Amino acid sequence: MGLIHEIDYGTKASTSTKLVTLKIDGNSITVPEGTSVMRAATELGTQIPKLCATDMLDSYGSCRLCLVEIEGRAGTPASCTTPVAEGMVVHTQNAKLAKLRKGVMELYISDHPLDCLTCSANSDCELQDMAGAVGLREVRYGYEGENHLGATKDISNPYFQFDPSKCIVCSRCVRACEEVQGTFALTIEGSGFSSKVSPGISEEFFSSECVSCGACVQACPTATLMEKSVIEMGQPEHSAVTTCAYCGVGCSFKAEMRGEEVVRMVPYKDGKANHGHSCVKGRFAWGYATHRDRITKPMIRSKITDPWREVSWEEAINYAASEFKRIQAKHGKDSIGGITSSRCTNEETYLVQKLIRAGFGNNNVDTCARVCHSPTGYGLSKTFGTSAGTQDFDSVDESDAILVIGANPTDGHPVFASRMKKRLREGAKLIVVDPRRTDLVRSPHVNADYHLALKPGTNVAIVNALSHVIISEGLADEDFIRDQCDWNEYAEWADFILRPHNSPEAVEKLSGVPAETIRGAARLYATARNGAIYYGLGVTEHSQGTSTVLAIANLAMLTGNIGRKGVGVNPLRGQNNVQGSCDMGSFPHEFPGYRHVSGETVRQIYEQDWGVSLSAEPGLRIPNMLDAAMDGTFLGLYVQGEDIAQSDPDTKHIVGGLTAMECVVVQDLFLNETANYAHVFLPGCSFLEKDGTFTNAERRIQRVRKVMSPKNGYGDWEITQMLANAMGMEMHYNHPSEIMDEIARTTNSFAGVSYDALERLGSIQWPCNELAPEGTPIMHIGAFVRGQGQFVIADYVPTDEKTGPLFPLLLTTGRILSQYNVGAQTRRTENAKWHEEDLLEIHPHDAEVRGVKDGDWVKLASRAGETALRAKITDRVAPGVVYTTFHHPFTQANVITTDYSDWATNCPEYKVTAVQVSPSNGPTEWQTSYMAHSDASRRIAPIAAE
Amino acid sequence: MSPNPMSPNHTQEKLVYMANQIGKGFTMRKPEQAVLDIADHLKKFWEKRMLAQIFEHLDAGGQGLDNLPKQGLQRLRETMQ
Ligand code: SF4
Ligand code: SF4
Ligand code: SF4
Ligand code: FES
Repeated sequence: MGLIHEIDYGTKASTSTKLVTLKIDGNSITVPEGTSVMRAATELGTQIPKLCATDMLDSYGSCRLCLVEIEGRAGTPASCTTPVAEGMVVHTQNAKLAKLRKGVMELYISDHPLDCLTCSANSDCELQDMAGAVGLREVRYGYEGENHLGATKDISNPYFQFDPSKCIVCSRCVRACEEVQGTFALTIEGSGFSSKVSPGISEEFFSSECVSCGACVQACPTATLMEKSVIEMGQPEHSAVTTCAYCGVGCSFKAEMRGEEVVRMVPYKDGKANHGHSCVKGRFAWGYATHRDRITKPMIRSKITDPWREVSWEEAINYAASEFKRIQAKHGKDSIGGITSSRCTNEETYLVQKLIRAGFGNNNVDTCARVCHSPTGYGLSKTFGTSAGTQDFDSVDESDAILVIGANPTDGHPVFASRMKKRLREGAKLIVVDPRRTDLVRSPHVNADYHLALKPGTNVAIVNALSHVIISEGLADEDFIRDQCDWNEYAEWADFILRPHNSPEAVEKLSGVPAETIRGAARLYATARNGAIYYGLGVTEHSQGTSTVLAIANLAMLTGNIGRKGVGVNPLRGQNNVQGSCDMGSFPHEFPGYRHVSGETVRQIYEQDWGVSLSAEPGLRIPNMLDAAMDGTFLGLYVQGEDIAQSDPDTKHIVGGLTAMECVVVQDLFLNETANYAHVFLPGCSFLEKDGTFTNAERRIQRVRKVMSPKNGYGDWEITQMLANAMGMEMHYNHPSEIMDEIARTTNSFAGVSYDALERLGSIQWPCNELAPEGTPIMHIGAFVRGQGQFVIADYVPTDEKTGPLFPLLLTTGRILSQYNVGAQTRRTENAKWHEEDLLEIHPHDAEVRGVKDGDWVKLASRAGETALRAKITDRVAPGVVYTTFHHPFTQANVITTDYSDWATNCPEYKVTAVQVSPSNGPTEWQTSYMAHSDASRRIAPIAAE
Repeated sequence: MSPNPMSPNHTQEKLVYMANQIGKGFTMRKPEQAVLDIADHLKKFWEKRMLAQIFEHLDAGGQGLDNLPKQGLQRLRETMQ
């Protein structure tokens, strides 16, 4: 096991299909047209010296180290900027080139502090390597050039430092920030020897526009931009490829290690979701895995008011199992259930649902996807036939009009947002449907063509109005509809859409979006060669979430934007494995692969494989479990890696339900909010400590690899297995790969997936079976999975959560880049520096009439409850709308949200709550008493002396 | 009306509310189709405790239930018998 070295080809691969043959140093090679001479040489195994080129960036041609000679051409062109040509004959090394290169290196070195032995980049410095490569033995200008050693380091960023003394002004960092990340935070100030890199206009990194993605650090060939962890710990000695455990982009990383300690995470260039890029969370925020708050010993208590008692694994597991059995004996087998996690692996999720269906003997299993993307599953499977997005991320490279609805990718899905912004810089058009002016609407180098700043809760009306314009203006793709959908169903739906209440003029009145803006956006999307839709929780977390998903699917079919690259309907999934947890049968009505529990055939498959008979009736969903708990019929819950007490709406209702239960078992890294109501705590383990797979938003299954032993002793899958065995259900897996084999043999869309196949292919997008042995990047090509695409009528029904004199404002919620959901992980890293508390964004007008000033404490009250937080006055939100994040437990934002939910799936309506805002002196009584309770219930009893 | 979380009949009120919401989701279909779709939806997604509670409510007059979901529930019960 050593370090994985990825070859740097110097310039990007060409996508041309035309091939060109040339000779380099006497060897013939054939490459796509547009390939650089440098890349062609590297493919032959010849490394031409280089400094300013790297294959993540467009070639730049500034350092002049990569010179070559080409027969028949004058001079010594730079190989990184010279494209190959048919019949070209290239020489990469001769006396003349060697002399020129030495000259270049001499200049660089004379201006560089030569403290190589103590430099943090020692053994990982391209300048050092190049000095070696060109055979530099002396520096004629002496070493007295400016060594800049006195230059001040910028250590303001918590994760990396900038040491200007080492800078060779190659511009790789500036270009990475522009081309890869799309933030444009860096510039080169000055010129010649006095030029230097600077974030913003002589600002520090921390206070600049920089979003700490680390692309510049990765691109820097010297120690100028360097991870603080490397400076502290030294260079890593081995690495393994794994997958980020934060968001649904699913970035692939090399975990670079010393022993069992992570030195740094480096985005993997071969990662097909991220192509070598990442955001601040995946690259830097992994410190939570070893945070002191982490619980590593199992604990039990008989009452939630008791302090915790540390016990052995055996005792904890046996206690949980005996409690579950006792409850079932007394209250029937349906009186217990469990919740799977979208943060855990596919294999772990599969095991939890198996334990519940086969071991508990009921279908009371649900997952946190209930509160985010359950409407996606329902809506897309009804219309297209699969509960998943239609495209891969690369597809955006060919989109011409991009419609983003209720998603804030620059914060929520940053690496995908960088890809999207790149496409926008190439000229694609952008329509944003969002109540708030997100960074995609307007920020440096991004300017949406249309921003439909709708009133929260009117998505369905807006999307239907877009369809209305398209049909009434004759822009529908009737050939596509006749070919791939049922024409009669379409005609009926079109009739409905053409009714006056769906016209832009009518919808303007409901949504506040001018009719002309709706018309313009509809024309833009419908007439683009390729129109793509991306949407997020701003679509699903509404009482009409499912209806909006249906309306979106209708819109895509109406314009023929399905079944090829550049188009499609793409849910931006929140958590790392929310797609996977849904695929793995986490819903109470479906087995893995979205097959309803009432289906005879699928039940037989599992009954045979698992050797038990299975229930054909749907089980309880999370909110219904809590209702049943209040009614006294549901008393035991196994929660793996989920924090419903913080993340689910209407906290008071959740707390009531949990308190009513007799045995709550929480398996997690930390004593989370739900654990405050638990009787058994089983310490979980982080993604660095186990093997498995995650499935990202593009249906891409990727490996998670164990790089350190679990601090708690066991992988989460092993803990579920112990619990199953203690309940009398035999489970004997030796490795997660065996679980995947079981998934593959029982689920057709995964039939071709195995750890061996993943090893071979890197990653696999399901469906993967005999029809698609290497997976399916783009779905519904030529025909829909369900046969014909189905237009489903989805009418706008206003939510019952309405503003009125008492609650005149609409609250909507979201998240920010540096934090992740309930913040259990990110708050335990340096990321906390970027977001110390949740703030309430309020429009200047609304603030003024309430006498609220920026930074004041305000009371936020709804029909469900009240909380207090500080106000931030901004015109990002429209008058009448306020906005907050939910990253800190103290904010208790979900005390405010109501238990209204989506009509079809019960996905809670987080995105619309009628509220009032008023000045306040500080936290509410509930916040203070909740924190007191929370502190009390986290007490761990001292171990008694022997 | 929204269900009152403090009411002793909270779950039942909530189920009525949910059934009505489902009804609204299908209103734009032809009435006969809507009744079938509602029945099918309830059968696919509601756990038996929830169905039992709402059937009990239906027997007691089904107060608060809109017409379409009421018919959907009746249809469902017929098919379950
Ligand atoms: S960390 Fe990212 S955003 Fe910040 S300067 Fe570097 S490339 Fe730009
Ligand atoms: S900081 Fe690094 S990448 Fe940026 S110009 Fe200097 S040496 Fe090049
Ligand atoms: S949080 Fe998302 S975008 Fe950031 S590194 Fe992880 S997977 Fe990539
Ligand atoms: S690597 Fe080609 S000019 Fe710098």
